[in-house]
Amino acid sequence: MAKEKKINLPISADLLEKLAKFQEIELQDVDIELEEIEFDVSGSGGGMNPYLTQRLAHEFALISSSTGRITQALGGMPMIPVQPMMPVMPIAPVHVKPTELIQAKTTIPEANYVGEIVEVRLGATKSEGGTRSKSYVIGGETVPAYYQFQAPPKNRPIIALDVFDWPKISLSKAVKMHFREVLGDTGEWARLCVDKFGAEMINLHLVTIDPLIEDSSPKAAVKTVENVLEAVDVPISIGGCGDPKKDLEVFTAISENIEGERLLINSVTLDMDIEKTAKLINDYNNTVVAFTSMDVNKARELNRKLYDFVDKTQIVMDTTTAALGYGLDYAFTVMERCRLAALKGDPELNHPISSGTTNAWAAREAWMKMGPEFAPRELRGPIWETITGQTLLLTGVNYFMMMHPAAVNSIKGFIDNLMNGQKPTEPTDWVTVKIGGK
Amino acid sequence: MPAKELSPIEIYKLLPGTSCKECDEANCMAFAAKLVNREALLEECPPLLEPQYKQSYDQLWALLKPAVKAVEVGIGKHMVTLGGEYVLYRHEFTYFNEPAIAVDVSDEMTDEEFETRIHVLNDFAFDYIGMQLKLDMLSIRSSSGDPAKFADAVSKANDLTRKPLMLCSHDPKVLEKGLEVVADKRPLIYAATKDNWKDVAELALKYSCPVVASSPLDLDGLKSLALTLKAYGIDDIVLDPGTQSTQHMGSNLDTFTVLRLDAINEEEEGLGYPILGIPMMAWTVEEEDPVLNEWNEVVLAGTLITRFTDMLVIHGINGWAILPQVFLRSNLYTDPRKPVSVEAELVTIGEPDENSPVLLTTNFALTYYTVANDIENAKVDSYLLVVDSEGMSVESAVAGRKMTADTVAEAIKDSKVDEKVKHRNIIIPGRSARLSGEIQEASGWSVSVGPLDSSGIAKYVEEKWNPYPE
Ligand code: B12
Ligand code: SF4
Repeated sequence: MAKEKKINLPISADLLEKLAKFQEIELQDVDIELEEIEFDVSGSGGGMNPYLTQRLAHEFALISSSTGRITQALGGMPMIPVQPMMPVMPIAPVHVKPTELIQAKTTIPEANYVGEIVEVRLGATKSEGGTRSKSYVIGGETVPAYYQFQAPPKNRPIIALDVFDWPKISLSKAVKMHFREVLGDTGEWARLCVDKFGAEMINLHLVTIDPLIEDSSPKAAVKTVENVLEAVDVPISIGGCGDPKKDLEVFTAISENIEGERLLINSVTLDMDIEKTAKLINDYNNTVVAFTSMDVNKARELNRKLYDFVDKTQIVMDTTTAALGYGLDYAFTVMERCRLAALKGDPELNHPISSGTTNAWAAREAWMKMGPEFAPRELRGPIWETITGQTLLLTGVNYFMMMHPAAVNSIKGFIDNLMNGQKPTEPTDWVTVKIGGK
Repeated sequence: MPAKELSPIEIYKLLPGTSCKECDEANCMAFAAKLVNREALLEECPPLLEPQYKQSYDQLWALLKPAVKAVEVGIGKHMVTLGGEYVLYRHEFTYFNEPAIAVDVSDEMTDEEFETRIHVLNDFAFDYIGMQLKLDMLSIRSSSGDPAKFADAVSKANDLTRKPLMLCSHDPKVLEKGLEVVADKRPLIYAATKDNWKDVAELALKYSCPVVASSPLDLDGLKSLALTLKAYGIDDIVLDPGTQSTQHMGSNLDTFTVLRLDAINEEEEGLGYPILGIPMMAWTVEEEDPVLNEWNEVVLAGTLITRFTDMLVIHGINGWAILPQVFLRSNLYTDPRKPVSVEAELVTIGEPDENSPVLLTTNFALTYYTVANDIENAKVDSYLLVVDSEGMSVESAVAGRKMTADTVAEAIKDSKVDEKVKHRNIIIPGRSARLSGEIQEASGWSVSVGPLDSSGIAKYVEEKWNPYPE
């Protein structure tokens, strides 16, 4: 059997540091047969514990026959190439059991972002030229959503409740039961949302202006908006019907007739007359939702087109919300990509994000009658909306449009818990807990 | 360098380079590309396993290994893999192993409750776009602290389920009693702590089982424990940083995010392990109604699934609560590099004859299953022609030109549906109405524009469809 005369076992500083904590090192199932062992610890920089050196030498001296992978086995360091040794015997692990906890420190990763989300003010109080009892600022983030170890959240995300100007709007049973009495009165509907369900804003949808529904006039729309402004004192957002031409007509009438409220116009899309819409927002000092369909490049394109006519601080972006189980993965990833790109310095995506969380109700599982094991629907629906919303909250959504009171309550509570940022002092033991007093 | 930034060239350089095709790829470069996408395993290149390539194999293995170690729990077909992840955000690559959901039982529960919970674990199944959404594990707690009682509970559970187990106690004596019963099933041991780690580590070695390092609210302690266990000779470690109830959501997010960030950045030796989250913490808070505990548990579970957790323990077992959790994890763990799609082919539904309708749809999984289920449930005997739209839904496919008159005409021809039906009339989705004229022209078939939503198909076929229009 050919034998190597000499082996070099480089020992890393890290390894030495770890070894220094052991009182005893036990090499099991290892046979090393060598004529000479030389320890070169000069490269370890830290000065090895002399006792340990001695001890190691002693242990090695007791060993006969050869094997590779000693360094790897010692504390599982990455394999350091050992000079070839022949022959290679069956490899057995060497367990060096620590007798004390190896002390360590976990690095808290530092923020290294260069971008910042613009801040957008929604609504206007008396002193700001409007009539609302409060206004909000959203956006302003410098780190990914709720990376509180890098920076505390800047502004609270805002929850608006959807209100429709059409009593026949199709709503799931679980939603409808909360609004049945007010469906025919838009102002009352808005009031109920604020007074009873804690809406921070009202998201008014003017569906009756749709040429395919009632084709109601811009003038009628203005009246509806005035009603709502009268009924509630929170900021409001105005939604169109999705018809690019009609929406612009109605938005124009509203802008011209209702001044100073810093409304959130919902929305401007790529197929609208962007120049006209943008100028309208700018001239009347309102804000706008730039709405695109799940495409980072489309979102960029629309924002870029808007920049020619309005200030950045007037734009909120919406990249489309799809329901849990029905494309939430796309919605999540597009929003996450937009926000991260913005923080990395993309100047065309650094806007607060809006989510039509109500879309969660498009999922059959949110409203459908299912087997008894999935009952009651009254819980399944709102939890669907909640999970859809909170998942997007974690990508950085700043403005939610929601529907079910329980979901609103849950997301608000979630945000409260995030914003107050308190840390528990004592961990709770879950292993021995008795649930329900049992 | 983070594994995700590998280029096929770097991998190619280490392969045998003979292009022998034993891997079923055209050449080594093609195999390298597959390796980079984690679509192939090193073992699929037989030459690489020969001794002369040992060094290349080892180097490749180190280059391709995930930033978060993959830890296997259980045995056989119910085994689960925890971790094995490469990236922080799913769009950077993809997530691989869905977080395992474990159902909670304790050794002090009544037989009835104990058994009901295990039945839910075993039987819960929901069909979702061709996948079965299920629960994965059983977590057995010794709330009694009594070793004999725990052994009983473990042995009972072992009789009732074949899903992997997690044995939970802080007392090594209790744990050992459980391990004596089921060690051969490779359960996960919960937990080694700063107080008991030596004894628990011995158990993990003695019974060759993976082990959780638990250090609630102390990340330094957690890293310290993990490093120590590793030095002790244990490779399969899971990290429990301590989940807190929903009031401390900010603290939860910070903890889980820091852990995974450090692991992915590979700055932190000792943190590249799967993370355990305990949504069940929501039940430790007093609420007026247990429904609120269960609701908060879903909120917590959803948060943890979104933020990098690899395994969850839940107490609530109601369908309305479990469903959104399994949906969410399924959604976030699909591969963002390609939509979930099905085979493009002609599907027979019920018992169609030569006068039955032929319906067109796309191969986006969500679209296909929605449509197929609707037709099946409405008992419309028919042929469903699934066209390859590269996994796009109807509207996206039409707008993005992934489904055109030409691809439809080709699909009609290739499917040989003309040998199955006498008529030449195809029903297309309402959302692709604008293609109707062109399809007619390209295929020679007449086109009927169906309803917008597939739930209306039965009614449409019954009331409006005429296979032999004038
Ligand atoms: C998720 C989504 C995406 C995902 C893709 C998901 C996928 N794999 O398909 C992404 C982000 C990649 C995407 C991309 C695009 N999308 Co897209 N997308 C959506 C979104 C939000 C949901 C689509 C969906 O999943 N629907 C659910 C499935 C089940 O619906 P479905 O396939 O239509 O099936 C139903 C019906 O068609 C019908 N049906 C189906 N088969 C059959 C058969 C018969 C016989 C009958 C009768 C009925 C029927 O029943 C089904 C159940 O209701 C919609 C908006 C929305 N909320 O609808 C936009 C939407 C479809 N997209 C749109 C567009 C324009 C695009 C893009 C071209 C550009 C873009 N990003 O904006 C690209 C094209 C991609 C490409 N390269 O080909 C537009 C289409 C506008 C139009 N009418 O022309 C929409 C409507 C958004 C919008 N308002 O602008 N999209
Ligand atoms: S089996 Fe290996 S050597 Fe042969 S072609 Fe594939 S990658 Fe190359």
